[in-house]
Amino acid sequence: MITAIGQLGRTVITGIEKLGDATLFALDTLRLLFAPPWQGKHFVMQIYAVGVGSLIIIIITGAFTGMVLSLQGYHMLVKVGTEALLGPAVALSLIRELGPVLAALMFVGRAGSSITAEIGIMRVTEQMDALEMMAVNSQARVMLTRVIACAVSLPLLVAIFDVVGLFAGYVIGVDMLGVNSGVYIGETVDKITLSDIEAGLVKSLYFGLLVGVITTYMGQRATATTEGVAKATTQAVMLCSVMVLILDYIITSFYL
Amino acid sequence: MIKTHALTKKFGEMKALDDINLHVRSGEVTVIMGGSGSGKTTLLRLLAGLETPSSGSIFFADEDLAKVSRKRLYELRLKVGMLFQYSALLNSLTVYENVAFPLNEHTDLDKDVIHTIVTMKLEQVGLRGFEQMMPSQLSGGMAKRVAFARALAMDPQVVYFDEPTSGLDPISAGVISSLIHETTVKTRMTSVVVTHDVKAGLDIADHVILLWQGKVIAEGKPGTIKNSDDPRVQQFIEGRPNGPIPFSRSTTAYVDDLTHVNDLTHKPGCVRLEE
Repeated sequence: MITAIGQLGRTVITGIEKLGDATLFALDTLRLLFAPPWQGKHFVMQIYAVGVGSLIIIIITGAFTGMVLSLQGYHMLVKVGTEALLGPAVALSLIRELGPVLAALMFVGRAGSSITAEIGIMRVTEQMDALEMMAVNSQARVMLTRVIACAVSLPLLVAIFDVVGLFAGYVIGVDMLGVNSGVYIGETVDKITLSDIEAGLVKSLYFGLLVGVITTYMGQRATATTEGVAKATTQAVMLCSVMVLILDYIITSFYL
Repeated sequence: MIKTHALTKKFGEMKALDDINLHVRSGEVTVIMGGSGSGKTTLLRLLAGLETPSSGSIFFADEDLAKVSRKRLYELRLKVGMLFQYSALLNSLTVYENVAFPLNEHTDLDKDVIHTIVTMKLEQVGLRGFEQMMPSQLSGGMAKRVAFARALAMDPQVVYFDEPTSGLDPISAGVISSLIHETTVKTRMTSVVVTHDVKAGLDIADHVILLWQGKVIAEGKPGTIKNSDDPRVQQFIEGRPNGPIPFSRSTTAYVDDLTHVNDLTHKPGCVRLEE
């Protein structure tokens, strides 16, 4: 019993220590954004790597999410005779919730895991030390560029996710299920406000930052062995996914 | 060129290096030798400023590395090259881009000039024509030679070598050793080599430092080291299993662990047959 309580205490303390360590790491990294040497084209290269690299998976997920929302939504709405509201139902769910959350989760799996693994392997193979020895600040070059790339890419990916999802929802709702096209679009435009879009974008920005910080942190603090990197990658993906869902609830509660 | 004063490095409670005072003279090849776990890689990382000492100081051209700012440390590193044990080439870049990397980062040289320098450095290590290969396509020895070319790209005053010959076939190891010797003589740079390869180490050294358990146990010219009458030095040079340096790190008696008795009358360590 006592050992169990002791164990719990130790786990909590370790958790808090790690949280503090991660926060300091994040602040220390982001501070470098305002200090020379500027990383210019390296931001662009990382945005290309994490952003463009995730494009296909985002488009596929977006399309099928919009399709299933439309299909499922129609069958529920038609029971109460309000299928005219299918457009806003699909659009609201996509823009406010499913777009940012699903895109973030796919992004974690596609880009986040590779960031942790890459940084971990760079440490195992001494590439980080090599950068340092060549007088390149590895934290700015490797960590900062990836954190910023995540924060920039994810909102853009979410926007693409939303557009693809909306289009796919429209195709299913109007062309397949026979909802009037004018009603679908008219109701959608009528019911969606700027604050819905803002909520979605703000979420995606925070999710991007969160994923960037967690994945780089886990890579940087991974035990520099093969299994250490494997373990850190798994943990990073799990932690990011859970944190995205928790943060989603918190931000949603501010934007109701 | 490089001096340390009462340099100590602890990892937790364990002293990896204990009161190291050494002097690396300019234009010489200094070889730091020792068994695995003797602290030689830690020492090299401290000299390079990749680790900070627990106490003591490291002077690089009269500046204490433990006290200089990060910015100054980066400036000093422009005069330093380093060859890592596993080459540490940047995986995402080609051989050419790897060698050109420090030049692109820190100089405003024209593309043609950089091309000339890279070609010269690759010729020096005998790998001209491999510019477009990726590090993953290279063998260990080739990767090390590319890393060597990269370390030389900025014409450094000091080059650190971490186990330059380990994991290489005898020919590649010989090539790397003679490259270290030749470049040091030709360019008057200062080389610090960490190795456990006794033969290669003694061949290229102007000055040898022998580490054991974080302490310097012998220091001097290769000839002096070879003829040293310290039994620890002789055991290391000749690679004998028996001697003052124990092979086994076990702290309990082998016979006790086998028979599950805790009898402190037995000597710790494993049983070895005397010659």
